[in-house]
Amino acid sequence: MEGPQVQLFVTCLVDALAPQVGRSTLAALESAGCDVLFPEGQSCCGQPAFNVGLNDDARAMAAHTLDVLDETEGTIVLPSGSCAEMIVHHYQTLFAGTEREDQVSRVADRTKELTEFLVDELGADVEADCGGCTVAYHYSCHGLRGLGLEGQADTLLEGVDRVELEGDQECCGFGGLFSVEMPSVSGAILKEKLDRIEASGAEVLVGGDVSCLMHIEGGLRRRGSKVQVKHIAELLGGSGDD
Amino acid sequence: MTEPVTFIGRADALIGSREAAAVARGARKFTTSREQAGKEFVVMDELRNRARAIRLHALTHLDRLLGHFADQVVAGGGHIHFAADADEANQIVARILDGANAKLVVKAKSMVTEEIELNHHLEGEGIEVVESDLGEFIAQLAEDTPSHIIAPVLHMTRQDVGEIFQEKLGVEYTDDPTELNQIAREHLREIFLKADAGISGVNFAIADSGSVVLVTNEGNGRLTTTAPRVHVAVMGMERIVSRWEDAAVILEVLARSATGQRLSVYTNVVTGPRREGDHDGPEELHVVVLDNGRSDILGGPTAEILACIRCGACLNACPVFRTVGGHAYGTVYSGPIGSVVTPGLHGMEPWWELPYASTLCGACEEVCPIRIQIPSMLLQLRSQAAAEGRLPGWLNKGMERYASAATDPVRWHRAKKLAAWLSMPIARRGWITRMPGPGRGWTDHRDLPRPSTESFADWWRANRGS
Repeated sequence: MEGPQVQLFVTCLVDALAPQVGRSTLAALESAGCDVLFPEGQSCCGQPAFNVGLNDDARAMAAHTLDVLDETEGTIVLPSGSCAEMIVHHYQTLFAGTEREDQVSRVADRTKELTEFLVDELGADVEADCGGCTVAYHYSCHGLRGLGLEGQADTLLEGVDRVELEGDQECCGFGGLFSVEMPSVSGAILKEKLDRIEASGAEVLVGGDVSCLMHIEGGLRRRGSKVQVKHIAELLGGSGDD
Repeated sequence: MTEPVTFIGRADALIGSREAAAVARGARKFTTSREQAGKEFVVMDELRNRARAIRLHALTHLDRLLGHFADQVVAGGGHIHFAADADEANQIVARILDGANAKLVVKAKSMVTEEIELNHHLEGEGIEVVESDLGEFIAQLAEDTPSHIIAPVLHMTRQDVGEIFQEKLGVEYTDDPTELNQIAREHLREIFLKADAGISGVNFAIADSGSVVLVTNEGNGRLTTTAPRVHVAVMGMERIVSRWEDAAVILEVLARSATGQRLSVYTNVVTGPRREGDHDGPEELHVVVLDNGRSDILGGPTAEILACIRCGACLNACPVFRTVGGHAYGTVYSGPIGSVVTPGLHGMEPWWELPYASTLCGACEEVCPIRIQIPSMLLQLRSQAAAEGRLPGWLNKGMERYASAATDPVRWHRAKKLAAWLSMPIARRGWITRMPGPGRGWTDHRDLPRPSTESFADWWRANRGS
């Protein structure tokens, strides 16, 4: 293939908990004409540690990730706004004043979130397909407010039957380890989100971050809801079940 | 029952309560008004940038501005007092009131006097203190504490207020807002006329003219600062701007961010005591400038939090605040701003947990008129708490092991296999409904997907690997 070279960083959650999202991301990128590689040795970007303040652990994981990614070429694409923001913004904080500063800039400059890459970088002619079902979209916080992603998903979803979701730019209450450390608060925020999803009439709730989506899906399952949850990659690259 | 001592303990008592529901309704109303005001005002974003520059400039030149301000207050016939901490501030105010032989004091809304618990101190000295801001008045009658920077009784319904007035003022029950207002007005009017002194906060001070500026929606600020013989204004040392032009910019963004109003109903500028020929105003004006930990914040990594203009927009936008309300924070400054300010003013013990009371969703920074990077500061305080060894052992140990596995590809591969294998007996159709240990926090409220037996990396190796 002669298309642009892409290094797929699937993120630890997709790798271990939602590998089908990784396969869908791969399919979406390949159908957009990309030559996709999977850098060996990739694991976690370090965000879970950074967000609770354990910066030494975060730095170790970030350094590992930087070393793995800096050896590669082409755009680094993640099916996650949150992990992309970690690399693009927070690695600077972790390595400020260290000899890794240049490496951080190099890797951060090459890093893009999936919808951002498809729409802004490639201008790719890919359209989401949900098989005629109604879709509500949840804008995850770090992609939305951290990276300023908003219209990219809207562009990709132009062809599907969108329904309005009240508070679609409000947090689902996940917050990483917040969900375990302060479960009652997290659960109460989630409850409002789930009520609104069910009230929207959507058959499928779509988002761009597996972390928030597994929080939402776990909540919907717990209350026996029929609403399905999918990552936007699954609407772009098929189900990922090959 | 004793008050729960942790954020989560207080939060648990509030989640799902009538109080929390009232907070959520009120906060959403403010948020909607704020958004509308922003849309109508095309230069809002530009003015936010200017407001930020003005506040940061003031913090950089704080020593000089405070010195200039103090000179101007004295030149205008007022008195200036600097207080290092709450005790000193309380003593200064008590001394002023004693000197003026003041027995009845009327107060306008002031968070800083809540911070130093001035009322409590003055009452101990035998001085009667009456709050004149409607919300503060209600809170005082109910022996409650304010739960929101600009709306002290956001957590109450008008039915609550009706019951409080009936019980404490001996009036007939009503929950009609106009009637409730009238009851408060009649009661307070008499206090204003009888009060020996008025105590107010300061929204911000203007260094060039030695003026203090108060914004209110009820006119109580104006009465408090003009009717009694003595006016004592208490301000945090950071609440200052250089010039009138700067004040104008702050006023433009303050009301719009707070309530969605273009301007608060009353903007009250106090420059010196009553001069010859003035129709009203106090005989004596005292300005008390409070440090109480602010210098420590100014010298540290969260210094920018002092640029806050106390509009409350971040509280209204915060999903955690909307869910639990201000009382969960256990201190006068609640919500995202409070979670940075409180550990700064009063130390990490026991306040270190407040920076963790956030999902880091970024809504606070998005709405802040000064564009204060609150989430970054929460992260900064979290790293400080973690470095001080305050996190639970399971989290420290667990993260250390996770990090050491994540940086070793062989161990990472094995760890994923192990997790998939271990979760097999507790999962049904790919989902876990009950986790042991700390993971129970998750499964108490939602199901957890089970780690896949074939990770994406496994799949890649089998299907695409060279």
